Amino acid sequence: MIRWLLWLLAGALLGGIVHLIAVLILPRTATQDAYSRLAPLAPVNTVAAVPQPTPQNEVMPFMDPAFAAAVCRYDLTDGPIKLSVPVSPAYTSVSFYTRRGVAYYAINDRSAGRRQIELELMTSEQRTNLPEDEEVTAADRLIVESPSSTGLIVVRALAPEPGLMPAARAALAAATCRQQPMPAEER
Amino acid sequence: MRLLLGCLFALAVAAAIGLGSTWLVLTRGTAFGAVPIGAWVAWPKTGTRDIDPYARATIARTGELPVGSGDGVAFVARTDDTGRPLDGRCEVLVSGATPQARFWTLTLYDPQGHLIGNAIDRQGFTSQEIVRRADGSFDIVVAPRSRAGNWLPTNGIESYVLVLRLYDSPVGVATRAAREAPMPSITLRSCS
Repeated sequence: MIRWLLWLLAGALLGGIVHLIAVLILPRTATQDAYSRLAPLAPVNTVAAVPQPTPQNEVMPFMDPAFAAAVCRYDLTDGPIKLSVPVSPAYTSVSFYTRRGVAYYAINDRSAGRRQIELELMTSEQRTNLPEDEEVTAADRLIVESPSSTGLIVVRALAPEPGLMPAARAALAAATCRQQPMPAEER
Repeated sequence: MRLLLGCLFALAVAAAIGLGSTWLVLTRGTAFGAVPIGAWVAWPKTGTRDIDPYARATIARTGELPVGSGDGVAFVARTDDTGRPLDGRCEVLVSGATPQARFWTLTLYDPQGHLIGNAIDRQGFTSQEIVRRADGSFDIVVAPRSRAGNWLPTNGIESYVLVLRLYDSPVGVATRAAREAPMPSITLRSCS
């Protein structure tokens, strides 16, 4: 009897380890995460519109139907990205996600404080390699560092009433996401 | 022989406990970093770099993208104020005011996060669409059949969740104590 209790205890301990490993490994093995769902409709380093969620068809669960959304699936291996988003009439936000869906940075039109949100996205390595000229220190240059070389930038514009949805979508259609030439390596 | 049986038994227990608890935790959600205000719960850390491993695994499994903390905060309600699960065959009143925010949206989903089809094609309200009282407070009736005022149709679905998202709200709304952030009450009125 005692022997079986010991086996049970061993199993429970092992179960705890299995639990921890499963939780930590799951994000790497998920095949239906947001990045995988958006990959077929979003070419790399271009802004693509995300279809409006409807009860019949939605790319991701828990999307806010009051928003128009567009995505730039980025890959920084060949150089930084420059993102430019015209501000829509009501509310516009830009959120940055890693390949695994971690929201590491988000900004809205008010905190950007301009009619056009301009951002540069680079890895921390690319940032250290930036030439130290006057441009880098210019205050109006907004640089975001990505913890991973691939990920998602989601641009969202609110339509406060259904009738304003076309205007929100039009604002997003003018957003661009472009790869910049690799900054010169320091010699 | 007994050793082998014992090993197999221990391994079976490990698999059942390990995978079972993982499944439970990922489908029910965890209390890590949860900010409950009445029936509403927010996980503000989920929209930041400091997201915990359970929330990471949950979003990888469901495929959703959390609201970034620089954008807003999402409050989820799965029950009414008395703890009774939200049932689409009943009439529920969402009433009161929201914390300060530039905009907010209230959306109805099934428990898996899908929108629910209905005759008037309404899945939620924005802060600008809502009909308010003179003092700015509002009543939203969540019910299967049409009601006067702000009616959010459930289409008679067995269970649903409400998500209230506050956009561009002052820093710390979700991190402050419950009594400082006014959230709308959720009360059951009647069940058909």
